[in-house]
Amino acid sequence: MLLRHTHPEIKPRSALTVNPAKTCQPIGAMYAALGIHGCLPHSHGSQGCYAYHRSALTRHYKEPVMAATSAFTEGASVFGGQANLLQAIDNIFTVYEPEVIAVHTTCLSETIGDDIPQIVSKARADGRIPEGKYVFHANTPSYVGSHVTGFANMTKAMVDYFAESNGRKNTTINVIPGYVEPADMTEVRRLASEMGIATIVFPDTANVLNSAMTGKYKMFPEGGVTIAQLKQSGSSRGTIALGTLASGSAGLAMDAKCKVPCQTLNLPIGLHDTDLFVDALHHMAGVNVPESIDLERGQLIDAITDWHQYLYGKRVGLVGDPDQLLSLSRFLTALDMRPVYIATGTPAGKKYEQSLRDTLAGIPDDVQVKVPGDMFLFHQWIKNEPVDLLIGNTYVKYIARDEDIPYVRFGFPILDRMGHSYFPSVGYRGALRLLEKILDALLDRKERDCSDIAFELVL
Amino acid sequence: MGTAADSKKEMLALDGKDPGTVRRKLLEKYPPKIARKRDKQIVVNRIEPDGTVPEIQSNVRTVPGLISQRGCCYAGCKGVVLGPTRDIINITHGPVGCGFYSWLTRRNQTDPEASPDGHNFMPYCFTTDMQEEQIIFGGEKKLRQAIQEAFDNFAPKAIAVFSTCPVGLIGDDVHAVCRDMKEKLGINVFGFSCEGYKGVSQSAGHHIANNGIFTHVIGTDDTVRAGEFKINLLGEYNIGGDAFEIERIFDACGLTLVSTFSGNSSIDQFANAHTADLNLIMCHRSINYVAEMMEKKFGLPWIKINFIGAQATAKSLRKIAQYFDDPKLTERVEAVIAAELPTVEMAAAQVRPRTEGKKVMLFVGGSRAHHYQELFSEMGMRTLSAGYEFAHRDDYEGRRVLPDIKVDADSRNIQELEVLPDADRYRPRIDECRAGELAAQGLQFSEYDGMMTEMVQGSLIIDDISHHETERMIAMFKPDLFCAGIKEKYVIQKHGIPLKQLHSYDYGGPYAGFKGAINFYEDIDRMVSSRIWGYLKAPWQKNPELTAKYAFE
Repeated sequence: MLLRHTHPEIKPRSALTVNPAKTCQPIGAMYAALGIHGCLPHSHGSQGCYAYHRSALTRHYKEPVMAATSAFTEGASVFGGQANLLQAIDNIFTVYEPEVIAVHTTCLSETIGDDIPQIVSKARADGRIPEGKYVFHANTPSYVGSHVTGFANMTKAMVDYFAESNGRKNTTINVIPGYVEPADMTEVRRLASEMGIATIVFPDTANVLNSAMTGKYKMFPEGGVTIAQLKQSGSSRGTIALGTLASGSAGLAMDAKCKVPCQTLNLPIGLHDTDLFVDALHHMAGVNVPESIDLERGQLIDAITDWHQYLYGKRVGLVGDPDQLLSLSRFLTALDMRPVYIATGTPAGKKYEQSLRDTLAGIPDDVQVKVPGDMFLFHQWIKNEPVDLLIGNTYVKYIARDEDIPYVRFGFPILDRMGHSYFPSVGYRGALRLLEKILDALLDRKERDCSDIAFELVL
Repeated sequence: MGTAADSKKEMLALDGKDPGTVRRKLLEKYPPKIARKRDKQIVVNRIEPDGTVPEIQSNVRTVPGLISQRGCCYAGCKGVVLGPTRDIINITHGPVGCGFYSWLTRRNQTDPEASPDGHNFMPYCFTTDMQEEQIIFGGEKKLRQAIQEAFDNFAPKAIAVFSTCPVGLIGDDVHAVCRDMKEKLGINVFGFSCEGYKGVSQSAGHHIANNGIFTHVIGTDDTVRAGEFKINLLGEYNIGGDAFEIERIFDACGLTLVSTFSGNSSIDQFANAHTADLNLIMCHRSINYVAEMMEKKFGLPWIKINFIGAQATAKSLRKIAQYFDDPKLTERVEAVIAAELPTVEMAAAQVRPRTEGKKVMLFVGGSRAHHYQELFSEMGMRTLSAGYEFAHRDDYEGRRVLPDIKVDADSRNIQELEVLPDADRYRPRIDECRAGELAAQGLQFSEYDGMMTEMVQGSLIIDDISHHETERMIAMFKPDLFCAGIKEKYVIQKHGIPLKQLHSYDYGGPYAGFKGAINFYEDIDRMVSSRIWGYLKAPWQKNPELTAKYAFE
């Protein structure tokens, strides 16, 4: 047994988190900043933060993850990190020549109370920021929220710093894709362009964190939203923010700052939430939905009917990030599956928890939801009454192995399999892929466990 | 020095490139102040007749914005030194991230069945998940409660607490909390003030970890275990099962391993490590403090050994036999070497046609950049350039420079423990006369000659290499293989050059000992011989003009 000390008896815990289902804000901010073309994320704190974030993102994407750090020493921690950040800005523009530096804070610099805008204006006044280049920032205290909050804060900072309205609205739609994979960002853009809609997707890590091997390393890969696009986003016709937790605040900021109306939707994972996304695009852009998208939708429904018997009534345990969990639960219930245990480490709030409970209302089983909760508690639920399927990040594999439960990798981080950065899980095609993975896991198990006599060719 | 042959070798060392030009290219893009600083951390190797090498500046602050490989003090303390011990509950006191990132991400294998109680907390992450409320009002109360909950849920025999950056700033007294809870719970509870901002790299964390284990654990159990030729293995973290292979060899030789710091370890082994008769140091940087303190307090001498590389393994085993000076042991050691080496040499001979003469660079850690050169030379590969991520001058130049090392403000803040001989338990294992005899035969105690003395003249040593310098090195030398860590891996590979991770071994290993050497040869052979690097260009990219001509025909 790997998690040999996890016992079914659930004792109340108020101070100790065991096997967290979240990590800290700055990594989300770093990930979001990588979705700007020519941007070097910068961690204003100890160098350990950026080393950990770069390592974690690299293990997930198997791609270069570039970022810089203020490398606080004990002295900087006492006297403030201004000198470190000024020196860093100087060195970064001299040596690495990015278009933009995206500074995020850490628990260290937040506790000290470093004023980043003040330091950045000093850098500008000192001439450390070359003409036409940018330094912007987001406050991402690690002791508030989670990596999702950090992503949301950095994405909102893109609006706060760059979006500007030229007084006229064009036909472009802004899509804030949420804390999703590069392949998902490509997929939301594809769906819109299939409908003939011009979009500005931000952040956009496609072709940054799934770039090609060419024999030539590019510190700043081709992908990413440009600063010019971010500026133009203030003149778009509307914004669709996908995922309340990860994208909601940026969408609202865009509305408040540039009067670009925003619709916040669930992440387009699964049938219904993709429907809502496509329908929102349809209304916002005033365009018809082409037959090609009807076909994709129809294929998904077709596959669900083909395989429904293996899905019906299956109990599922989910652990991950709030936006993903909500859409995924809605998809699973649409498949007549039963998401019975749901935990996220992100403190997503009462309203979120209620929408999750509403989704699960029709499930006859005893349902457990914990927001915020941890994977230790999640495992204890399973010890008390098992599930047929687990869906979650790579850490869930320890539970899956111990309890011998079929398991689908989904979420962040995935450290031990390929695919997540290349194949989407959003949109109808993404839903088909999720369906395939779920069925593979369930049917592989069915065939592993059944007798020779019951083993059959056609399913 | 200075003969024609020497200068030829020197030319070869840098591929015929002029060292001055190479250095200039590495530094030319830096602002002048940074260039001056980095200049002292880049040296061309020269070994003088008396064995001295040039001074290299190291263990100094990382330059903000330069993109270094380094991590922090917490990573060195909790991640490296204490992480591999299976039966201590390690609670990270701080916001959730630090605990999360150090959760199972170093590949320290462990065998819980080796302890009677079977405890293994390594697959778990424990954190106080500090919130804004604790930042404002203090985190001691939550920490105290977290320790209580860890005890209630898991009944461990020891709990350790690791401080992260904000803990130091808000002034939580983790040591007082640990003392109280130790008394209350009746188990060992101890804390580490290893806030990430301390020191200049992971190295500070190693030192703090060493101090903590020495103060709170080593010597707390005087049980003398059965067995002869008792040794401790220090600075071996069982990445990919290295310690298992070394344990196998020790068993075969008839050596009794009392404890390993800290691969495949239990806290019980640390507690009576002082009952052994010899300390063997593998990774000098991360653990030499414990060895020195044990020598002062308990009289155990230490020697530097290296089990990376088959020849190095054989040499290290012979050193151990030499120390114990027992014909039976010597015979067994020789028998093991004789039984194991031919297979390894055969494996090396098999890969050599493909690896011979290939160029490698190693920029990693605080000992691996040195040790792995052994394995590469066994495959006929040349080390063009190397450097450590967080080592000190003694790891480069040898411990002979210790008295000359200037202790700067960042290092001065890391406590040096005052250690005196234990009133009852100090027992020098060998007398000075015998030590002198052994030294005359080549067995040096408390000595490490460092990386540079074993590298060829003219090779380039770069401390704390930056991303920029890495790119320049790649552009200038186009090595066949680069060794570093996960953050560097895909950067280098995008250049079309394979990178071998020497922290995680790319999820392979073991690479230590005899069997490990064979694994390493095979993995490196695969990497430098892979077909994929030849496929980077599509046919139309290789010959675009021809395609155009056809199109017009």
